[in-house]
Amino acid sequence: MYKYDEYDHSIVASRVEEFRDQVQRRLAGQITEDQFKPLRLMNGLYLQLHAYMLRVAVPYGTLDSRQMRMLAHIARKYDRDYGHFTTRQNIQYNWIKLEDAPDILADLASVEMHAIQTSGNCIRNISSDQYAGAAADELTDPRPWAELLRQWSTFHPEFSYLPRKFKIAVIAADEDRAAMRLHDIGIQIVEQDGVLGAKVFVGGGMGRTPMIAPEIKGFVPIEDLLSYLEACLRVYNRYGRRDNIYKARIKILVHEIGADSYRAQVEDEFVEVKKLGIDPPKAEFDRIAAHFADPAFETGLSDEIDRSDPDFAVWLDQNTVAHKQPGYAIVNISLKPAGGIPGDASSAQIDLMADIAEQYGFDELRVTHAQNIVLPHVKKADLYTIWQQLTEAGLAEANLDLISDIIACPGLDYCSLANARSIPVAQKIATRFADLGRQRELGELKLKISGCINACGHHHAGHIGILGVDRKGTENYQLLLGGSGAEDTSLGQITGPGFSEDGIVDAIEKATDVYLAQRGEGERFLDTYRRIGMAPFKEAIYG
Amino acid sequence: MVELLRYRDDEPHDEPAVTLDSFLGQSNATAVRIESGEDARALLPHLGRLSLVEVSFPKFRDGRGYSSARILREAGYTGELRAQGDVLVDQIPLMRRCGFDSFAPEAEVDEAVLTASLARYDHVYQTAADAYVPVWKKRHG
Repeated sequence: MYKYDEYDHSIVASRVEEFRDQVQRRLAGQITEDQFKPLRLMNGLYLQLHAYMLRVAVPYGTLDSRQMRMLAHIARKYDRDYGHFTTRQNIQYNWIKLEDAPDILADLASVEMHAIQTSGNCIRNISSDQYAGAAADELTDPRPWAELLRQWSTFHPEFSYLPRKFKIAVIAADEDRAAMRLHDIGIQIVEQDGVLGAKVFVGGGMGRTPMIAPEIKGFVPIEDLLSYLEACLRVYNRYGRRDNIYKARIKILVHEIGADSYRAQVEDEFVEVKKLGIDPPKAEFDRIAAHFADPAFETGLSDEIDRSDPDFAVWLDQNTVAHKQPGYAIVNISLKPAGGIPGDASSAQIDLMADIAEQYGFDELRVTHAQNIVLPHVKKADLYTIWQQLTEAGLAEANLDLISDIIACPGLDYCSLANARSIPVAQKIATRFADLGRQRELGELKLKISGCINACGHHHAGHIGILGVDRKGTENYQLLLGGSGAEDTSLGQITGPGFSEDGIVDAIEKATDVYLAQRGEGERFLDTYRRIGMAPFKEAIYG
Repeated sequence: MVELLRYRDDEPHDEPAVTLDSFLGQSNATAVRIESGEDARALLPHLGRLSLVEVSFPKFRDGRGYSSARILREAGYTGELRAQGDVLVDQIPLMRRCGFDSFAPEAEVDEAVLTASLARYDHVYQTAADAYVPVWKKRHG
């Protein structure tokens, strides 16, 4: 994985010093909260309901064990002994003191980490496929592209005061594990005449007006990528709406002027920008890519696994994925224990995952947008030992992509924007469907919960989505069916009137009953919904 | 009146800046002010006779002026480029990178803070409208 050189170190160290200065000026009353807000937001520091929340960047979700242990250290020293992994592959801490934030950043910098641009109206942390570099189905490792974009977007002088936040995802497989087309810019690395380049989608997003990004350019060679993206961003910075925060994302611009008109403007801008020499030479891309070379895989390993322990066999089938290298597997560690808070991990659990990665996993971990952790390179021969260690730490829930593997935003328990709580709903659903046999019978079922219309819990992209709203002072939950954040991207449709907290759990159970009764051979919940439509579900839920 | 911050060696231009509409309508003005929503490219045919372009920042969150500055510098404009309005001390380093070389902030700027901010970063990741050499160029000679 990428290692900082002297320049990266220097830039991050300067940032720590800068933020320390900004915090001191705020604490001394030299700047107002209104003036401080964009500065702290550009550094991932939010003022939430009860305390400051700090969001730490995990670029494209990739970490080593030393970095993971630092995340545990921060949880212990500055927070309440836990952290929360997010849908943007980051981690956030909910109980931070403003005066501690500069020291936390200094601790992070010591392990080549930061909180740069994890919020604010700027280009956010670049997200990617959590199986990058390991997946059997990928064209190439997307992370060198993502790292190139990380560097380009860091303190970008022109694009730090955009109309709204700006999220970019990069993938390099046909299976989309990063909800790529639901980003402001989605990039899929593709091959054309033996050369790799970027297929660029612009104007996707969730929030209150969900949109699937249209393709804007079929192929941008690496030598032109930064110029092309500068052109994309410049058109947005100049013409994106600034009169209404809810219409300020690039998806609204692309939708209002149309993809063809947006594309034409980008092409015109690209002609100008390309003259400026802002694209690094191929040698810089190659330098970055060398950091992502395969680890020293052993060859000739067996793919045989002893399945005699039935609990292990269930976990093996549910939570491990095919690796490109014979004898190896990709392990998913679920952070969704029944009744737990989706994405939360204690410092002890974070340390344990770091230990396992160091001992058995070439020192690598990934954070997934589904709020789980991945060990990307594990020998099949070590899986049983790893499973035993995870089991002891409460980390061996065998529910990957099942109904209890829920994405949930922090909701009204933490968030100042929320209208309703998300966590208790997630806990009730996971408890109702706690029986693993029943979950496995239901198969792949992606359930996603947002506590307000901003959709941080990705409810539009859930096979089953839940949106918490405030109805006359009472929390109310709307049910959506049929969304997908995968390569078959679709937006969920609302079933009808909303429900109480208990009512929504009943409604979900009725929907799953319809699926079980009507499913065809090999159909997932989503496939059945797409085939039979909303009506039978509506009838069962409201009839 | 808050002091004008200037990073140029020539004498300040003393002709008042006219609006974009009046500038485009009269042939002799040498200073123009563009509002954040106005198209800086409208000035490109006239760069030769311009000595001052003032770009308005009605709110510090309104970042359109950063692109206006880049467009003017990319087109070869070498006259004074001034950021005027709700310009905060922490924004000035980025504005410098975009090509602004004078600042007329509405509120007083703490000069010690500004001096420290402008000297803080030894390295940058991108090519912009200033003299910084991006790190990718340093890495590859």
